[in-house]
Amino acid sequence: MRFDDEPLIPGEHLPRRAGHDSTGRLERVLRAGVFAVTAEIAPPDSADPEEVYERAALFDGCVDAINATDGSGANCHMSSVAMCSLLTRRGYSMVMQVSGRDKNRIAIQGDVLGAAAMGVCNILCLTGDSVGVGDHPEAKPVFDVDCMSMLRMIRGMRDDEQFLSGRKLTSPPRVFLGAAANPFGPPLDYRPHRLAKKVEAGAQFVQTQYCYDIDVFKEYMRVVRDLGLHEKVFILPGVGPLASARSAEWIRTNVPGVHIPDHVIRRLQGADNQKEEGVQICIDMISELQSIEGVHGVHIMAYKQEHRVAEIVEKTNVLHGRELWEPGEPRDAEPALV
Amino acid sequence: MYRMRTWSVRHARWLKVAYAGFEALLRLCAPVFRLIGYDRLDKPFVAVEKVTKGWFLDSQTCGQCIVGFTGLSCPMNCPKKMRNGPCGGVRPDGKCEVDPEMNCVWVLAWEGNKRFGTGEYPIQKVQPPVDHRLLGTSAWLREVRHKTHYEGPEVVAANEV
Repeated sequence: MRFDDEPLIPGEHLPRRAGHDSTGRLERVLRAGVFAVTAEIAPPDSADPEEVYERAALFDGCVDAINATDGSGANCHMSSVAMCSLLTRRGYSMVMQVSGRDKNRIAIQGDVLGAAAMGVCNILCLTGDSVGVGDHPEAKPVFDVDCMSMLRMIRGMRDDEQFLSGRKLTSPPRVFLGAAANPFGPPLDYRPHRLAKKVEAGAQFVQTQYCYDIDVFKEYMRVVRDLGLHEKVFILPGVGPLASARSAEWIRTNVPGVHIPDHVIRRLQGADNQKEEGVQICIDMISELQSIEGVHGVHIMAYKQEHRVAEIVEKTNVLHGRELWEPGEPRDAEPALV
Repeated sequence: MYRMRTWSVRHARWLKVAYAGFEALLRLCAPVFRLIGYDRLDKPFVAVEKVTKGWFLDSQTCGQCIVGFTGLSCPMNCPKKMRNGPCGGVRPDGKCEVDPEMNCVWVLAWEGNKRFGTGEYPIQKVQPPVDHRLLGTSAWLREVRHKTHYEGPEVVAANEV
């Protein structure tokens, strides 16, 4: 969404409105009560910033914020701090994911300050996948703080203006705090209460694990509403296109926490073009999620199909004609500074 | 012992009551502990805790026990060392993402919490991260000392067992 008080220089903060914690676009969009769209960018295995810009450009004009993952699946990629730093310079609204798996409390707090200084306004706190599922299973897992204590810690930095140690900050990080949720993992009856605990710890928005089982999600949301949580936290269920029935089978067996019901796999198997059917399932899912009370947006994780996100957003009409912020002229078009 | 760990969760209610009695007894002895010196008592206490809590709970002697909040399921057995509830990776059968042979520590914790039967859910308290300086020290003594003699700012959450 474009605001009247957009900064003239990309990467500068928006003015902080009363009642807002961050100077970012995502918080404004969510607090405005419109249906928000976020997407996950794939970090490159490269030191070339152009690759980052190219990948982000796929989402131009169709998402409100972009999540930069932090070694997702315990695989090594460009860091989320760097991804965010590059992209906030161009004005993108970034959600920096921070995982407790690779960094202790000293490193995380340092990153939070650094990222906020680089224009990051949203931080998503994660415990992280275990190192065993990634490409460096022999690595030392850190797990010094979990997602919950990380939320508390960063909230303390923002609101109490101090490190976990109690030492004062001279300028606090103005960040909107997020967390992940998995409504589909056991114990199912505890999951809504876990969300309540995350809200208590400081979460202001949550992005969920891939949502393919709409019935389980509806039940989860029913309890969430009973607990009144939908009024305290913005909920963005995760969605994404499956590439084929075979890859869906693989994901459900090998990716921790992803629950794909049999009927979804059967639907893929029965399709002539499984890839298109995967996109269609994603579109159908978003349409259904839109009608659930307490859902404030969607988080699209189109792994290896990022180029389809714009089409998915358009076909579902989730933006309802809303015009989104886009970066200005590409840098190539700027006059060269000689 | 793993089998005892699951047994303790199933019997969380009366084990918690039993511990409360034991702690009251320890607190009665607090003046004596103080006389002897808490530091001097730490090693023998840890030895006893390692055997008893090790047997019942698979305790990892973190020195800042919170099993009173976790349905008597020791969170230090979680491979991700989570102190605040289950991660998103729990397998559909309730087993651990990292160790598929083991029940998720937090699935057990939720069970144990429900078995407390008090209608309260101490599992919902947000726990601070582990203080690594306390690993391998006595949680019991720390608890007694904190509750009977300690005067000063709150350092960590109230501990139990």
